Amino acid sequence: MKGKRAISNWIVLLVALHAIVILGGFFAPYDPAEQDRKSPYLPPMRIHFVDAEGHFHARPFVYSLQLSAGSYDKYEENTARPLALRFFVQGARYRLLGFVPARLHLFGTGSERIYLLGSDSYGRDQLSRFLYGGQVSLFAGLLGAGITLLLGLCVGAMAGYYGGWRDDLLMRLAELFLALPWLYLLFALRAFLPLTVSPLQAFFLIIAVLGAVGWARPARLVRGVVLSAKERDFVRAARGFGATSGYLLRRHILPEASSVLMTQAAILVPQFVLAEMTLSFLGLGVPEPVPSWGNLLSSLQQYSVLVSYWWMYFPALMMVPFFLGYLGLGSRLQEYGEPYKIGK
Amino acid sequence: MPYLLRRFGHAIFLLIGVSVLAFVFTVLAPGNYFDEMRLNPQIAPESIVALKTQYEVDRPLPVRYLHWVGSVLRGDMGFSFAYNSPVAPLLFIRARNTLLLTITAMLLAWGIALPLGIWSAEHQGGVPDRLVSSGTAALMVIPDLALSLGLLVVAVKSGWFPMGGMVSLQFESLSFLGKIRDLFLHMALPIAALVISVLPLLVRHVRAAIAEVLDAPFLLAAQGHGIPRRTLLYGYALPAAANPLISLFGFSVGTLLSGSLLVEVVMSWPGLGPFLLEAILARDLYVVIGGVLLSTLFLVGGNFLADLLLYWADPRIRTEAGT
Repeated sequence: MKGKRAISNWIVLLVALHAIVILGGFFAPYDPAEQDRKSPYLPPMRIHFVDAEGHFHARPFVYSLQLSAGSYDKYEENTARPLALRFFVQGARYRLLGFVPARLHLFGTGSERIYLLGSDSYGRDQLSRFLYGGQVSLFAGLLGAGITLLLGLCVGAMAGYYGGWRDDLLMRLAELFLALPWLYLLFALRAFLPLTVSPLQAFFLIIAVLGAVGWARPARLVRGVVLSAKERDFVRAARGFGATSGYLLRRHILPEASSVLMTQAAILVPQFVLAEMTLSFLGLGVPEPVPSWGNLLSSLQQYSVLVSYWWMYFPALMMVPFFLGYLGLGSRLQEYGEPYKIGK
Repeated sequence: MPYLLRRFGHAIFLLIGVSVLAFVFTVLAPGNYFDEMRLNPQIAPESIVALKTQYEVDRPLPVRYLHWVGSVLRGDMGFSFAYNSPVAPLLFIRARNTLLLTITAMLLAWGIALPLGIWSAEHQGGVPDRLVSSGTAALMVIPDLALSLGLLVVAVKSGWFPMGGMVSLQFESLSFLGKIRDLFLHMALPIAALVISVLPLLVRHVRAAIAEVLDAPFLLAAQGHGIPRRTLLYGYALPAAANPLISLFGFSVGTLLSGSLLVEVVMSWPGLGPFLLEAILARDLYVVIGGVLLSTLFLVGGNFLADLLLYWADPRIRTEAGT
């Protein structure tokens, strides 16, 4: 039962990470599109407990940033102006889970804006953009994976259950899709769709494209499961009692495929999140001002940003736990699905 | 021979299928290169119509497909609207740059993965094994995009490597050795990104394959005969574990053109990746289709190569195929 506990540990980690992103409005101090043109490319503010005179404060605080003398883009801490961190403050309006209007934020300062991850070229808070961008990217990955798995399930069940020419046709098609280099396929599909679209359209476009690309592998796996399941004794017995095809598939055959689908989901979701990131990074995905993990990083394509404002890279590091969670869950599920391999 | 013939037929079928598929997608495409032209007030509507006729954009799809197949057979692969030239020569220059990068990276990755995987399998459960597996796990969770960007940040901060491109501006004036050094410095970062991104997968597969055969009785017997450990691992275990690795190698070869797309764009390597991206943004249809087809050709070719190698390496497949 050790395997089962490991699986639930990974799931707990993933749920916690996703909860932070889904409740992003609460954890983010500001609206992701709110600009502060006077402070572009601020470096991340450091959280202090001890002030410049060496006094300890129980309440963490940051120092307000000001331009260094004689520089136009280098900032230094203004030790005369500490900004105390306040928790559970009222701030910018947002909609929790997309519909509950709220103003409560986890933290903030009373007066000046606080940038724990720095700010971008428009002075937008990178932390807020990371959290809101996660909503877009993770949701695209989850929804895309859902569509892919549904497609794969339908195609695999049809091919496996009915066999014959349908099986041949569908499996040839699946081989075609497997033979296509998938990033190219993604690009090509995207190329043939309109380039300039609204953020919402772009979002659903990406999900549709992602969903259409990856169905082949799950379909093949589901087909294999269905092929073996439909010859099982209890299925034959049920058929002998006059069960219809739909009932057989729904009640007896497809439940067998659930573990395969779970494993595939854990593998597909991070892949699709990455795909969305890639598209948005290259400017083919979700457009500004809506943040996504891809376009959050795209400013790094400029040499000047790379040289002078390297902290714009931090969001990339903050994505790693999400991928770690999915990878861990995926490999645990794989081991769990193939118990004879655990010892190795 | 029927085995190889069957595999070859399969490869041809895949290529034709992919080309048809790519063409079908073009039907679904709203807008095209000439629609963008129409927005330009400097181009007369008549000349757009003339261009459309010249490029046969208005003809029905099957006709265009057949014409395009003819053009592929002539070695043109269609016509690029943006460059006003056949697609094939444009693609080949970029593909050459890409291959220079990816082949080096592939050889390097396999050169590291084989000994590392074998070393890890040899010490199953021991310290080296745990070290290698946690190392590969750590590399696996870094998204490719973050990895490439991270390498760029490191390069900029350290100033050890030139940024972007394939050669420096003064490349022509350098001596022969200087040219090689310049090229090498430009290649280092993209190659590092490529190697690091495929290494975990390769190492894990090598380890799994070797670990599977290490318990085999024939290896115990060989060990009992006092055959040295190195010969045992590389001369006995590796060939016995070769089959899945050969398939994987075929896959490596297959992704030579398509695997480096993102890295090339991020590091501005003048290969197929940036070229294709540009073509997509400009809706240069035949370039996109040509790029997809060329990389599919590699994927299919890589699989076929794996089949050939398996046929050559594994007598079981030969006898099975002979019957």
